[in-house]
Amino acid sequence: MIALPRALTLSRDDRPIVIAALFLVAILIAGTVYTWVRFGTAPLLSPTYLLLQLQIGAFLGIVAAGMMVVILISQIDLSTPWTLTAAAMMATAVGGPWAIPLSLAIGLAIGIVNGVGVAYLRVPSMIFTLGVNAVMRGLMVAHTGGYAPQTGATPLMRTLAAERSFGIPNALFVWLGVSLVIVLILQRTALGRYIYAIGNKEAAAYLAGVNTKFVTVVCFALCGLTAGIAGALLAGYSQKAYQGMGDAYLLPSIAAVVIGGTNILGGRGRYLGTLIGVILIVLLNSVLSIMDMPEAGRQVIYGSVIILMLLVYGRGERVTS
Amino acid sequence: MHSDLTIRLRQNFGLLTAVVLFSVAYLLYHVAHPKGFSSAVLIQNANEVFTLAMVSMAQTVPVLMGGLDLSVGALMTMVDCFASYLLVGAAGGTPLAIDLFGLHIALGTMPGGPSGIMLGIVICLAIGTLGGLLNGIVVVYGRIQPIIATLATGAIYIGIALFLRPQPGGKIDEDLNWALTNALGDFASTVHIFDDGAAPWFAPFAGVPTAFVLLALIALVVWVPFRRSVAGRTIYAIGSAEGAAFMSGLAVDRAKIIAFTLGGFLAGCGGVFLAIQTASGNADIPQAGAYTLNSIASVVIGGTSLLGGTGGAIGSIFGTLILRVISFFFRVFDIAPLLQPLFEGMILLAAVSIGALRMLRVRNTLESFR
Repeated sequence: MIALPRALTLSRDDRPIVIAALFLVAILIAGTVYTWVRFGTAPLLSPTYLLLQLQIGAFLGIVAAGMMVVILISQIDLSTPWTLTAAAMMATAVGGPWAIPLSLAIGLAIGIVNGVGVAYLRVPSMIFTLGVNAVMRGLMVAHTGGYAPQTGATPLMRTLAAERSFGIPNALFVWLGVSLVIVLILQRTALGRYIYAIGNKEAAAYLAGVNTKFVTVVCFALCGLTAGIAGALLAGYSQKAYQGMGDAYLLPSIAAVVIGGTNILGGRGRYLGTLIGVILIVLLNSVLSIMDMPEAGRQVIYGSVIILMLLVYGRGERVTS
Repeated sequence: MHSDLTIRLRQNFGLLTAVVLFSVAYLLYHVAHPKGFSSAVLIQNANEVFTLAMVSMAQTVPVLMGGLDLSVGALMTMVDCFASYLLVGAAGGTPLAIDLFGLHIALGTMPGGPSGIMLGIVICLAIGTLGGLLNGIVVVYGRIQPIIATLATGAIYIGIALFLRPQPGGKIDEDLNWALTNALGDFASTVHIFDDGAAPWFAPFAGVPTAFVLLALIALVVWVPFRRSVAGRTIYAIGSAEGAAFMSGLAVDRAKIIAFTLGGFLAGCGGVFLAIQTASGNADIPQAGAYTLNSIASVVIGGTSLLGGTGGAIGSIFGTLILRVISFFFRVFDIAPLLQPLFEGMILLAAVSIGALRMLRVRNTLESFR
């Protein structure tokens, strides 16, 4: 093989991000060609339309940011749907100035419970968070009587989720804020280093003196917190909370993290990739809805895209020793 | 030194706990039920258990390898939708056609009558098996982690199910429905064997639910031989230490594909039965998700470790039974419907947290990292 100059080679972490970004551009071009031929317009290239799509994507992006932290330590959080829903429902039920702090506190508390179960009880996260999800669902059904709560979102929640400042949706600023915090933690703090270390080999991190249990709890708390933020925003955006509002965020958020090049087994991946993964999923969805694709076709394309992208850069190594 | 019996008991501790727990709970249920110990109650329970038991068995195989299959519910749903077209059993046959991109493509006629229904069941099971095979190929040759590969294939299966049944509908042969969702006596009288089920020697078995017999049959004819086969042993070896399995010369890739294919077949059995039971096909996405998640719970409650290497599908059947008995209890003990999901969740959480007891035995913290 010819050795490429160093500037042109990509590290193992950057390759997925570049390919996903190229795929993103390909979706944009394909969608634009389609709309141009069929309607003679190019909505996908108009900033207004893109901002609207990104605003909807912000909720997924915030959930995915927390999910990524948990996946990096080779765990997973399946309690996101009802953490999000519980945060939204309690926020609208309380209302007033305490609505948003309460939703964050609920997310944080559920995250800590998850973390304690996984780190100290050593129950596999897959099943423990599943149980917590079921309990939260049970609590919310008991609380609301199984109906959509009649309470509405507070003005502040609405402002943050649905309104704009300087022509840019506020939800994007929240997403940006969450992203900055996550990037700072992952890149600039000891905690971030610990997270990658635990994902690579928890026993090694432990022997190196890392308090791995505490770090695990912090990661789950972060994931719960982001789900709480997303819950408050989503309730603000739809002006109310409803049963099952979080269901549509679990699998796409995992998919976004993985498409962005984060190893599902942990220890490897960059936040930029997750960001691109989220935008890719949101754009793919909007292109398919422009094409009037029925739900059946969407699901098939969605699944095929994930497999295709992972075949290009997500292949694992054979276990041979 | 431990005797052979103690070792076996220790290896199957999770399964035995599940069996005891279920037996006690189910006995209690029958005592509390006004029509307890009757054939009618048994039949109802067996029908409610069968599909989830199949899906849980399907989930067990990848879990034994240390993987997870997020597509079992979707695959089951897809087969359910296929069955609602292929098991109509109309006398003159059923014409089949698909509408794709505005084109109407005729696919011939599905024959009716008993032989047509048998053919339909075989085709449905083949579709399930094929779905499992696809999972295996993506995981083995694509080298994508099972959890994420099946997340994607699950979306594809749900898409196909939605394409087949955008709205719930379809039809299942009434005799088939009657024969499989009642007692053995009704089965015998529908298919005209054992003097229409009136043979004197048959009388003691006439009240046994058909679904229960099918479940036991599949466990004995499919699972037990598989577990004893080389492929089955290899699955356990992969779950314990994949590298060691490879270095020992075991056909790791082939065993993985066989495992996923078997999972597909079992999920297919569940799909066919669900279609027969509900007499229709329904591409219900939340229901598919619930089946997948409940299957994981059943597997864990049945004593199979999510880390792989220990457990088995028989345990998962008992895990399913325990999950279902919990919801049966709500009926007899008259618990407010609004509190039922909460109880279910708390019992599930408590059940999985029992595994934490092993932490008490850990003497060196390093042992807990696995």
